Formats: sequence, structure tokens, C-alpha cells
Amino acid sequence: MYANWRSHVNAEEGEMMNKLINKNAFIQKLKDGMSIMVGGFMVCGTPEILVDWVLESNIKHLTIICNDAGYPNEGVGKLIRSGQVDTLIASHIGLNPEAGEKMGLGILKVKLVPQGTLVEQIRAYGAGLGGILTPTGTHTIVEEGKQVIRLNETDYLLEEAIGADLALIKANHIDQLGNLTYSKTARNFNPMMATAANLVVCEGTELVDEIDPEVVITPHIFIDHYIIGGNQYDES
Amino acid sequence: MMNPKDIIAKRVAKELKPGDLVNLGIGLPTLVANEIPADFEVYFQSENGLVGLGPYDEKRIDKDLTNAGGQPVTLMPHGMYFDSSLSFSIIRGGHVDITVLGALEVDQEGSLASWIVPGKMVPGMGGAMDLVTGSKKVIIAMTHTNKGIPKIKEKCSLPLTAYRQVDLIVTELAVIEVKKDGLHLIERHPEVSIDEIINQTEAKLIINDVKVMEV
Repeated sequence: MYANWRSHVNAEEGEMMNKLINKNAFIQKLKDGMSIMVGGFMVCGTPEILVDWVLESNIKHLTIICNDAGYPNEGVGKLIRSGQVDTLIASHIGLNPEAGEKMGLGILKVKLVPQGTLVEQIRAYGAGLGGILTPTGTHTIVEEGKQVIRLNETDYLLEEAIGADLALIKANHIDQLGNLTYSKTARNFNPMMATAANLVVCEGTELVDEIDPEVVITPHIFIDHYIIGGNQYDES
Repeated sequence: MMNPKDIIAKRVAKELKPGDLVNLGIGLPTLVANEIPADFEVYFQSENGLVGLGPYDEKRIDKDLTNAGGQPVTLMPHGMYFDSSLSFSIIRGGHVDITVLGALEVDQEGSLASWIVPGKMVPGMGGAMDLVTGSKKVIIAMTHTNKGIPKIKEKCSLPLTAYRQVDLIVTELAVIEVKKDGLHLIERHPEVSIDEIINQTEAKLIINDVKVMEV
């Protein structure tokens, strides 16, 4: 037992798993028709470099799951503008008029979901749950086509869990294995999305030697690959 | 008459008590923060993931610190950040004392519409449906009419944000309380008569004891 434990430590020190990924290897993992979750809230906490690589790959017929539609030239708005997105699942698109226009023209399908429901559907998927029961949206058009379950004299909507093929998330500090911290309100949907996709790729701002185990927010076990993006805003 | 928005913000601020956890919607409701007396502590929550929202400060702009409208803000002492799941646990779980938001329509039963005008404008509900469903008290802060067209209706004609969740409506003309038996006009602007308010309101108002708004 002790001997095995020692060898585990040695293995970690010697050949720690390398999750760093470059642009070409990342693009090779992309396919037409994929569902992709993208972290961020009005592009605060959106991994813009990874979004740019999806743009460059020119994969099409995407289903994007994101809190919002970003801005016309920021965040997932870039993929909506390029016509790569067939379906957007979001809580709000009001600050991206192009998303509204494309929806009106019928070339973008938009499924609007209350924000608290969307994040909990994602959390549920990552947690192995089939769905959640929420009072939000009862007696509104959000209720249409959904099962209403009455418990303790309150009506709840049954909202199914949401997962994706790929999640693109943005972290602040990242260690060699992929433990993550986030920066201020750039956290938002990222920790939940990190648990809810088959493949999870993180754009960290800075690679650090160590993160205090007490402050790790997303454990490395959820992260398949990462890139170190630096701080684009500080550079500009 | 003062700017209608300032009248509304000032009156809504009177509803807040020391120690309240408050969510202010984007637009007019954010003005309420300017009207809180300095000796009085309330905590502002923002659904993108913080408690302790502070004012915009051009010297402290941080692209990782925004409000729910994506605009730069600051964090007050003892403030903290959290993810969207915890944020909506706070909201849906009944831990927010007061939510203040605008509306396109409010009706006699306390239902509101604020997120879609079919065929015209479809911004989406964002966090509004969760906020009005989960908060202990829901205050609508809006102008009384939309360029003369009443916004306080017998029945909302637009798709609802929530059914029967509104507690108080504050406009530049009146303060209206939503009770089981309907809408009670409880305050009027000092320069506006009860009849003028009735004329600009489609819903039936119950009128017993109407005080004068402090403006």
C-alpha cells in the first residue's frame, strides 16, 4: 500500500499528465453539429480565444448553450454573426441585435430559458440528475409542453438536465493538472459547465505552480484540456 | 415636477430596511441605489454572482467585475463572489428580501409582463422570472403609462414574466399596493389628483385612504 502510494507520487512528479492543447489539436476535436456550452455572462468570463478558434475552424450547425448571445462581435455573438450557429439556448439575447434579427428571419433558432433554470439544468446534468423541479415559469409560456408537478401545494415545472458535447470555460489561475480558480464575476456559469460536457476545455489566464487546496473551485478531474490565454485586455 | 425616474427611485428607496438583501433590475431600478441614506446599510445582490454591489467608479474599472447588464461596477467591503447556481439559490430560495424591476405591463392580479413583445422585441427573461418568483417582496418601478397608454391593466396582454407575484407598484404618479382583493391606491403625487391617476390606469383601483407621496 505504502509502496504504491510512493510510486503514485513519483509518477506525478515525473510525468504529470499534460493537458495543454494547441490550436490545431483543439480544432481537430471540433465537428459539425456539435453542442457547445460557452461560459460567461455578457462576455465577462467568456473564453474568447477558444471561441475564436471555433470561429476559425468554420464548423457549422452548432447548438450553443450560453447565458446570453454576447454582443455582435464579442463572445458567442461572433459565432452567431458567422452563421455557424443553428440553435441558441440562452436566457437573454437583448444586447445582441443580430441574434434577434436572425431569430426573426428564422435562420437562428433561439430557445429562451429563465437564467436560474438554465444554470440548474446544467448543474443537474453534471451531477447525474435527470432534471429539476422549479416554480419559475409556472403560468407563463415557459410552462408550455412541460410536465407540472404539484408538491406541498406548490406547482413546479419539470425541467430536464442539459449537457453538451463540448464545454469551453474561462478560469483565472490554473495549475499543471487543471485545478481552477476564477476571477470575480467572471465565474458565473463556468463551474457548472465544467461538469456537464463530454469534453471540457479551459482557457486559463495564468498557469501557477500551486493553488491552495482550500480555494480550488473546479477540481482538475473535470478538465480535459487547457490553454493559457494570458490577459488579452492588459496587453492591449 | 421632478424627473419621473428620480421620483420613482426615491419612493422605492423608502421601502428598504437596514440589512435587507436587494436586487435592482437594470435601468430605472438601479437609480434606487443613489437614494439610500448614508447611515443605512443594505446589501445589493447581482444575479451574475455577487453580494455587495458597489457603484461604478471610472478609476476602478475591471473587466471581470460587472453587474447583470455587463457594465463595470465595484465591490463594497465584505462583498463576495459566487457562481450562477448559488446566485439563483439565493434568488429562488427566498433569500432576497426585495427585488425591484421594471415592467411593460402589470395587472390587477399582480401579474407582470416584461420580457417579450411577440413579433417586435424578444430580449428574453434573463433572471427576471426567477427573481419575481423567489423574492420575498416584488416592487415594480416604472412610469405610469407608455406615452399615455396605461401600463397598469385589468389583465396583461403580453406573455407573463410571472403570475401574481407583484406586491407594490411605484410610478411617478402613484404608489399602488397589490392585495388579494385588487389594487389599492395608497399614495398619490402631491400635484396629481386621484381622478388623474384613475384616468391613466386601466385596472380598477380600490380607493380608501390615499396619502400624499413624499417627493
